[in-house]
Amino acid sequence: MNWYGIIAIWRFEMARFFRSLVQSIVSPVLSTSLYFVVFGAAIGSRIDQIEGVSYGAFIVPGLIMLTVLQQSLQNASFGIYFPKFIGTIFEVLSAPLSAFEIVAGYVGAAALKGLMIGLIILATSFFFVDITIQHPVWMVAFLVLTCISFALLGFILGIWAKTFEQLNLVPLLVVTPLVFLGGSFYSISMLPPFWQTVSLFNPVLYLVSGFRWSFFGMSDVPVAASLAAITIFTLACFAVVWWIFRTGYRLKA
Amino acid sequence: MSAIVQIKDVRKAYDDGFEALKGVNLDIEEGEILALLGPNGAGKTTLISTICGIVNPTSGSITVGGHDVVEGYREARKLIGLVPQDINLQPLEFVMNNVNFSRGLFGKPRNDALTEEVLRDLSLWDKRNNRINELSGGMKRRVLIAKALIHEPRVLFLDEPTAGVDVELRKDMWAVVERLRKDGVTIILTTHYIEEAEAIADRIGVINKGEILLVEEKEALMQRLGRKEMRIELAEGVERVPGALSGYDLSLEGNGHTLVYSYDTRGERTGITSLLKDMQAAGLVLRDVQTSQSSLEEIFVSLVKENA
Repeated sequence: MNWYGIIAIWRFEMARFFRSLVQSIVSPVLSTSLYFVVFGAAIGSRIDQIEGVSYGAFIVPGLIMLTVLQQSLQNASFGIYFPKFIGTIFEVLSAPLSAFEIVAGYVGAAALKGLMIGLIILATSFFFVDITIQHPVWMVAFLVLTCISFALLGFILGIWAKTFEQLNLVPLLVVTPLVFLGGSFYSISMLPPFWQTVSLFNPVLYLVSGFRWSFFGMSDVPVAASLAAITIFTLACFAVVWWIFRTGYRLKA
Repeated sequence: MSAIVQIKDVRKAYDDGFEALKGVNLDIEEGEILALLGPNGAGKTTLISTICGIVNPTSGSITVGGHDVVEGYREARKLIGLVPQDINLQPLEFVMNNVNFSRGLFGKPRNDALTEEVLRDLSLWDKRNNRINELSGGMKRRVLIAKALIHEPRVLFLDEPTAGVDVELRKDMWAVVERLRKDGVTIILTTHYIEEAEAIADRIGVINKGEILLVEEKEALMQRLGRKEMRIELAEGVERVPGALSGYDLSLEGNGHTLVYSYDTRGERTGITSLLKDMQAAGLVLRDVQTSQSSLEEIFVSLVKENA
């Protein structure tokens, strides 16, 4: 195992994160606070409790997921796309690093950033609402798995993308709608039956639902289904990454 | 000496069908400086990229230090340092951090003394805390060289290292190359500046259209292919080469005041003695004589033309 190599990539990526501290931390905290003000205070005052949980608290897991998904995805995709774009990727490709080590460096750093942002948002939410976390270990487990799987997805995206536009398109056109329609701000039991069925095809629903269960002990889908969904998704991403390195897809001629 | 890099029948065909390498065979001896010459698009960079693991060969095998570059990529790559042709650097990184980053990638712990030595050798020490985007083009190239040397490679690839580089950096760079040669580092250099190859290389390889045309000791190559010219200045000009001298490879220049005689250094007899005798017999009066050897550049151009 080339540990120094993994750590080198990891430190490089973290330095990028801390270099743009405002963009990395202040902006997610600010946007989350805005969600609390708009959804929690303005709209939440007109919505009753959902299964015994105040609306302000109910949206906390969804808000964390929203930001964590986007940040893990963006950090990982940019982290690998940029060296490809400016050509410095040659250095990583010609170093004595295995595919697994390269992924551990880039995806590990992006997942850690996502995790840090998730925890910061959680801390921020304590200022706005009362929350108790019923299953803290599961909460962390869901969060970590989500960070890793979406960082992997971001890595794939960064390798696939040929332009900055493509790089931004997927988060904007695919991920954000999935998160908003995945029960981040509502329980799908509030939807008409048809849309409930449609929602079941949205993978993000399973993430949000499982994550919310770890907070309040309630969920839209069984916890086991959530765990299965995120595990399958993570494995699928690993499989694609494995294929990328095997074939050299958009990495090596 | 034994071959540290062995390239056996390496082919590379790109997806669009273009064959960049057509069965390259090459042994690079440990400790030598090999200059690889060839026109643009000859396959120089593809060959280097294939050895370094950036391009997958279509077929054939390459070993570095006895390790196959695919099967034993870890051991093989640890031995290799690469200075690429293009200046590819992360613009916002600090010079020293970025150099240390390269050492980390190659699986080695930080070594501050070595970092200082490498940066000083390349006149980068004063710039160690600058961001890369604050550096001039020449300075950036120095950073690339530092990044390639920081993990102490045994085989160094310099892909067009002096393209667009000023005299001072060239001098610095050749000083570094000389020191590396003394330490026994094998150096493979591609260049357009043939005088550079002529000055520093032990062996010269010529590559064109994905094929190695020849690899030879520099001296032997120049001797084998080198044609010499003797320019004979005449006291009084002539209108054409006198009939008595028609048996010699002569041409007339300078308004009939200079006779140019081409001869082969390989020949047992150069024909100079008899030419001078015959000239005297023809009544020509000599004012001056000078000889010159064709340069590597002329050799190179004629080789590539022959195989075009």
